[in-house]
Formats: sequence, C-alpha cells, structure tokens
Amino acid sequence: MISIFLISSMLIIFAIFLSLYRAILGPGVFNRVAAVNVIGTKTIALLVLIGYYTERPEFFDIALLYAMLNFIGTLVFARYLERGELWS
Amino acid sequence: MEIRGRAKMNRGEKTFGILITFGILFLFWILLSGLFDVFHLIAGVICSGIVTLMSHDLMVKGKDEKFIGKSLRLFWYIPWELWQIVLANIDVAYRVLHPKMPIDPLLIEFETPLRSDFSLVTLANSITLTPGTITISVEPEKGTFRVHAIAKEPADALLVDQTMQRKVAEVFFVEWSGTDQPTKP
Amino acid sequence: MVLVNGMVTLFLAGGLFFTLVGSIGLLRFPDFYTRLHATGKCDTLGTSLILIGLIIHHLFHYSGTPLVPVRLIFLVFFIFIANPAATHALMKAAYEVGVKPWKLGDERR
Repeated sequence: MISIFLISSMLIIFAIFLSLYRAILGPGVFNRVAAVNVIGTKTIALLVLIGYYTERPEFFDIALLYAMLNFIGTLVFARYLERGELWS
Repeated sequence: MEIRGRAKMNRGEKTFGILITFGILFLFWILLSGLFDVFHLIAGVICSGIVTLMSHDLMVKGKDEKFIGKSLRLFWYIPWELWQIVLANIDVAYRVLHPKMPIDPLLIEFETPLRSDFSLVTLANSITLTPGTITISVEPEKGTFRVHAIAKEPADALLVDQTMQRKVAEVFFVEWSGTDQPTKP
Repeated sequence: MVLVNGMVTLFLAGGLFFTLVGSIGLLRFPDFYTRLHATGKCDTLGTSLILIGLIIHHLFHYSGTPLVPVRLIFLVFFIFIANPAATHALMKAAYEVGVKPWKLGDERR
C-alpha cells in the first residue's frame, strides 16, 4: 500500500511545477523572485515529509537551515532591487 | 554600509541585555542538540558566550517598563490572531477558486499612535496575515501605514471598524481613540 | 491509533489544499500585488498545517525521542514570522521602483 507521505510528496511536487511556470513566464523580475520564494517554502515541507518517509532524522536540520537561507535570500533580493546596490 | 554608532546604554541595561541573549542562545543549544554530557554543555557555553559578546546590543534595546505585562497581553492576543489567519485563508481560497474572481484592489493610508519598534512590527505582521490586506510601508516618525487591500470589505474592516489596531494598541498599553481617515486611491 | 492516523491525515489534507490553492492563485491573478496576496497568506498556513500534522504523527509513533519535535515547532514559529516579512519587503521594493497596481478593467500583466 502506498504510504500517505508519498502521495503528499507527489502533490507538493505538482504544486512546485505550477509555480515554476510563473518563474519562467512572469513578465519582469519581481514575479520571478516571488515564485522562487514560494518554491523555497514548499521545499521545506517536502524535506520534512521525505525525512519521515525514509525514517532518517537528518532531514529536519537541513529543512531548518534552508528556511533561514530562503528568508535571507528573498530579503537580499528585495533590498538590491529597491536601492540598486547592496551597500554603498 | 551604513553603520550607526552603538546605542548609549548604562551598565544596568547592558547586563540585562547580555543575560537575556546568553540565556536564549544557550536554551536553543540545549533544545536543538539533545546531548547532556559535560563536553557538549561546555562547548555550548563557549559558543553562546562568543556570539553574545558580538551581538548583545542587537536584540534588547534597553529595558522598557511593564515588560511582564506586555508579554502576558501578547500571549492573550495570539489566539485571536490565529483565528484571523484561518479566516484570511478561507477568504483567499474563495477568491481564487471562484470562476469570476471577484477582486478590486485599492491602496489605503492611515496613522496610528504606536511608536516603538516592536509594536509597529507586530501590527504590520498582523495586517499582512489578516483577510485581504498587506502592508506596503511603515514610517516610524508618525506611525503612518500604507496598505494594499484586495477588495472593498477588508479595506473597510481596517479603516472603519479598526478592531485590529485597537487590539494591538491594548497589548502595548497605548491609548487609542478612533480616528477617521480618508482612503487614498 | 486509528484516531491519531485520522487526525494526521486531516491536517495533511488541509495543508495540501491550501498549498495548491496558493499555487493556483499565482497563475490566475492578473497583477504582481494580487499574486503576493495569494502566496503570502496561503503558503504560510499550508506549510504550517503540514508541519503540525507531522509533529502529531511523531509524538504518537516515535515517543522515544521527545526532543525532535522541538525543531519542528521552532520551524513553524519561524515560518509564521519570516514569510509575511519577506512578502512585505518584496511589496515595498516593488512600490518604490514604481510598479503600477492593477485596477478593475485593465488587462493582465
């Protein structure tokens, strides 16, 4: 019987592909940055689900680290697009 | 890089800041590692000590009054907030899945009497997590908020009812008298 | 045992529904600001519901290690604070650069 974690992972991957369409198509740079942020948040949920499916607890630490990296990355992008430079 | 000078704090506030920062960092070390033997505890003390020395004035900017009272009222405010988050998501799901997509965006501005950093951040986060509104910018001089609303009803709930501003002002012990602000298209 | 499995399935299904609605909103809405409305709210709650369901699953099936759910609880708090802040930063950057908001009757952008 297929485990429920596997079904949830496949549905999240489907949602990631939907956001990838906006990342490729979106007119301008802002739509693409927003889509990449969404893909990062869904990846966190995917990592924790795979950690439970393969019964290895190392994936939770990777998910925690990737959440922080995603947040900082989006903030750096927003600051660069607003000012034209990161620091003067 | 714009580096502002270190804030001028006297010894009492500095010690309070150092203790709180060290305590929180060491608590995270213990909770996240789960190992309680002597080597790891001493390694935790050393690492938390080094990080505290470098950044203790970033987290606690001096001791403000009524700290316990504000924390208790914040805990009281969180369940209402969670209910608003669930309502917000049901509202967005309705607007996305409806075949005609009823949206009508507009921009709003209003003023609040909140001045401290933490209260402005709490109100901005709450506005972003409630049905139909996202904060665009905050000015700390006069407490002006610029907000983008997705339809007329959430904008009215924020401008005319003003329930959320009243609740946040009550958490931070600020007097709030309802003011009437015009919308800005 | 069946009750716990049922609750975990309920949380996972709710979280997946909101996540999918967020992605569909990214594709359907006509303007950048409205797309941020869809993802900033739905994505946060969807991921948090999935994580809460997995915390419950861990507390009942693997009760030998009670310190592992602390990481997941911290992850939930972090997502609740970080995702709206990132959404607000992106929206402020777009407003300062000069992206025009959409009114009823315009074309899609």
